[in-house]
Amino acid sequence: MSTLSERILGGSAGEYVDRKIDRAYAHDGTGVLALEAWKKMGGNRLAKETELYLQFDHIVPANNGTTATLQHELREFAKSSFMHFSDIGRGICHQLMSEGIALPNEIIVGADSHSVTLGAFGAFATGVGATDMAAIWLTGETWFRVPESVGIHLNGKFTGAAEAKDLALQYVGTLGTDGATYEALEFIGEGAGGLSIDERLVLSNLSVEAGAKAGLFYADEVTVQFLGNRGFTVLPQVPEPCNYTKELAIDLSNIEPLVAVPHRVDTVKPVRDLAGLPIDQVFVGTCTNGRYSDLARFAGRVKGKKVTVRTIVIPASAEVLSETIRTGVLSDIIEAGCTIGTPGCGPCIGYHMGVLGEGEICLSTANRNFRNRMGVGGEIYLASVATAAASALEGEITVPEVV
Amino acid sequence: MQHEMRGDPPGDFQRARPGSGHAVCVPADIDTDLVIAGRYLRTKDRSIWAAHVFEDLDPALAPRLKGAVIVAGKNFGCGSSREQAAIAIREAGAVAVIAPSFARIFFRNAINIGLPLIEADIICSDGSPVRFSLDDGWVESGGKRHAIRPLSPRMREILAAGGLVEYWRSHT
Repeated sequence: MSTLSERILGGSAGEYVDRKIDRAYAHDGTGVLALEAWKKMGGNRLAKETELYLQFDHIVPANNGTTATLQHELREFAKSSFMHFSDIGRGICHQLMSEGIALPNEIIVGADSHSVTLGAFGAFATGVGATDMAAIWLTGETWFRVPESVGIHLNGKFTGAAEAKDLALQYVGTLGTDGATYEALEFIGEGAGGLSIDERLVLSNLSVEAGAKAGLFYADEVTVQFLGNRGFTVLPQVPEPCNYTKELAIDLSNIEPLVAVPHRVDTVKPVRDLAGLPIDQVFVGTCTNGRYSDLARFAGRVKGKKVTVRTIVIPASAEVLSETIRTGVLSDIIEAGCTIGTPGCGPCIGYHMGVLGEGEICLSTANRNFRNRMGVGGEIYLASVATAAASALEGEITVPEVV
Repeated sequence: MQHEMRGDPPGDFQRARPGSGHAVCVPADIDTDLVIAGRYLRTKDRSIWAAHVFEDLDPALAPRLKGAVIVAGKNFGCGSSREQAAIAIREAGAVAVIAPSFARIFFRNAINIGLPLIEADIICSDGSPVRFSLDDGWVESGGKRHAIRPLSPRMREILAAGGLVEYWRSHT
């Protein structure tokens, strides 16, 4: 009788285990330090049993000579090794791993906190820092404390303009930023089964904002079909009775559009309470809400209209971008007055482009609104794609219409 | 300096012996963006991280960190996996961080780079002396001795080696 984390990690909650890592990935941000640490460790070999990935997504393309030089060194290393390398513009690491790479039951570690995203597939996926990643490059293994789990029971279906992001903000707001520290979240119940993979990715993605080590869905028919379309034959994971340290029940039909206000992800309010707040920028994208379904939904709301504030839309990957071109979604977005950026993290981390000026306010579909994150003196409000579209049209925080 | 410790048997390392410093208080839920902002990450120059540590929280903190024991509120180091946060604190001269809880990636990162973390709930009095012993499991502040939550055996080994780089240099 185990939680999914216990089953995948092969141990009981609280136990320390050493485990082989199935897939390990790093990006241009964490990869630089990982390479340095790996060299200092002796750096004469890479683990052959672990699939290793290096994906450039944080500052793409490089914004200046310093960044370009750091990326050059990492790129040359990746190309001289048997790592799977994705250069600038291919997409956000988590998104690339979700496009037919991550599979149920795998242990996946990324050198990025949002690696929890891949729990959507029934994998145990978690984030580490650069030196832990270097040791995985070297040995193919790392240690884990098998986490206790928090059960999040989902029931019902979304109504009105509510979407997965609102549900994610709801549970982070309820648990708090450290509500699940050292623990894993498990999303269960018929409401979980009714969610698409894209929606599950949003919920898993935000789990680290409640401090969680992982955020897992059991692989089910939705997972089997999604991966089947990408050429994989996988089996569903059947939940067993198990012990949760905490349980939370959420009825999806009670969810309304929400906003996380500066500077905490767990300070969550209904959009209606903030309606009318003027904004300077809207950003649609990231590993939270930059998928094709997000961009298509956004386009559906702005098509034939004009945004009234600067609006940056960034597809999470080249595959997403291609799909928006193929279906005409990209044209709808451009014709509504938005601009687009290179597939990648965009301004979410405030490293390079799309950052805020002092006193500016951004409504973003990302996952973090920490102080100064998108630029010194700028403020970030986090919301859904629907809220972003409505707000971009009005130039102020706006409750999305039911469509 | 850490490399000189390579090969020392676990437990013999200086960091395991009692440590001390002046308290520098920081609030709860400090995220790693506040420890070191994204705009300073595009470099391998550690002195830049040390110079700008906690800048967006309080620019006056960095110069006070030499020999300091940071006493933080709960959930210290939440958010981004950036290891530069732990490195910045160590490079600025802090000897340890004490908090009731740490975000888990920061926890691993700090131990991995040889920065002792102490899970304990103590009242911070800015500037007052704090002493601690990781081996014996206590921290002393304001005349009171508090028990600390012990590190896992593996984390103790990594810390004793001086960090994960040194740990693997001696294990491979």
